[in-house]
Amino acid sequence: MLEVENLVAGYGGADVLRGIGLSVSAGEIVAVLGANGVGKTTLNRAISGLIRPSSGNIRFLGYDIAGKGPPAIVAAGLIHVPEGRRIFPNMSVRDNLILGSYRRGKPARAANLERMFALFPRLRERTGQLAGTLSGGEQQMLAIGRGLMAEPKLLILDEPSLGLSPLLVEEMFSLIGRIAADGLAVLLVEQNVIQSLELASRAYVMENGRVVVSGAAADIAADPALKHAYLGL
Amino acid sequence: MFAPDIILAAVLNGLMTGSVYALIALGLTLVYGVLHIINFAHGATLTAAMFAVYVAHTVFRLDPYLALVIVTPLFFGLGYGLQRFVIGPASHGEDRNILLVTLGLSILIENAMLAMFRSDTRSIDVPYAFSSIDLGFTFLALPRVLAFGVALLVALLLGLLLTRTDTGKAIRAVAKEKTGAALAGIDVAHIYAVTFGLGAACVAIAACLLMPTFYVTPRAGNAFVLVAFTIVVLGGMGSIPGALIGALFIGVVESLCGLFFGESLGQIGIFLIFILVLLVKPTGLFGARA
Repeated sequence: MLEVENLVAGYGGADVLRGIGLSVSAGEIVAVLGANGVGKTTLNRAISGLIRPSSGNIRFLGYDIAGKGPPAIVAAGLIHVPEGRRIFPNMSVRDNLILGSYRRGKPARAANLERMFALFPRLRERTGQLAGTLSGGEQQMLAIGRGLMAEPKLLILDEPSLGLSPLLVEEMFSLIGRIAADGLAVLLVEQNVIQSLELASRAYVMENGRVVVSGAAADIAADPALKHAYLGL
Repeated sequence: MFAPDIILAAVLNGLMTGSVYALIALGLTLVYGVLHIINFAHGATLTAAMFAVYVAHTVFRLDPYLALVIVTPLFFGLGYGLQRFVIGPASHGEDRNILLVTLGLSILIENAMLAMFRSDTRSIDVPYAFSSIDLGFTFLALPRVLAFGVALLVALLLGLLLTRTDTGKAIRAVAKEKTGAALAGIDVAHIYAVTFGLGAACVAIAACLLMPTFYVTPRAGNAFVLVAFTIVVLGGMGSIPGALIGALFIGVVESLCGLFFGESLGQIGIFLIFILVLLVKPTGLFGARA
């Protein structure tokens, strides 16, 4: 579904990604792990079109999307829920969700809105509230809900558990599992290594803008030397 | 002291002037709220629109109120194109570049007007220019009453556009969270251009409402935009209700100052308020804290 090959990208001439490759198949949860600053967020930004890669290929459902802008990539069904949530603080919860279907998923907007409220009952209680006044966990749910409103085929989640209490982190991971159970592919970028490896079927470990280890999540989880070397565990 | 009738008449006249200020201020504050820049070409755009109305009337015998349905979409298109194909690409994502590009554009537009129309003061003759409505205690000039009605209607429509339509919601989303908007599939460059187009459309409507009673010179727009800028600061930079209420208030202040201190000193109150707002409440009436 998503194939990334030899991707090089960065900011102002300084490359952060140095020839990275990975793939995600339909219905699969794939984790991307690594310490701070190895290029995980840059990888997401390059895939979703926020930055233009300097070389390499990104193919999504057979289309070449490298260098395309976010509107075209969203229209194709690849949705990136960014780190830091990036919700619209000055707008109601409902309008935030509605804008999730601005480019894609508009015909089924009303039904999907209802689906989101069923998935996130907290958001239903707060439909008219300004998104900026929500708690961190609610904002994260809203960010994911906004992403789902576009009826994605692949969802990129960047640090969805960041800044959440341990209880909410549990809830967030079980939620991601439930979303993926519907057949949605998920690229999960996380610092929360243990839970990500439990949830994902495969994982990539990044260092210095490259993939250094990849394989079945269970194998990586079972290799203490590897976890020690790259993931600080 | 003046009789209450006279003061009331001055207030009504002030509200009518203020409504036209509101249109100009709405355009300015909308562009500021979304693109986070002061559009220095706003005054020149107003002048250009006034000349467009003038040409429509003298060449094509078109009434200014009928010209509104042509000039408004025309200026929306011009504003859209300017931002999308000139200002946006020339700015390379730097806010201060946008500022300089709009400043350059204003000089360009003004001088083009000067070359085409000379510095003469020009006005149009419409049969209803001196028609008025008798309220018993005062007469209100018909074109100004019409201006008031149309301006408030446009402000209302703009408010509905921003809160009820997908495009309007996208404009508000881009204003506060550009990255989040892009990731929702909103084309930020398109939304910037639509916003700029709406700003230009607002001054185009203002021009149609002004021309039956006002005159145009190649610098006519600047005086209005100076007042509009005061209004935007008073109402809170980027605030739509602030611009509307601020404009009506400033219109009344100008009118009352004119009554008490003489017509030529009418605007003194506006700039006193401007300085006071900057001293006491720099975020304005409806402005968010920085």
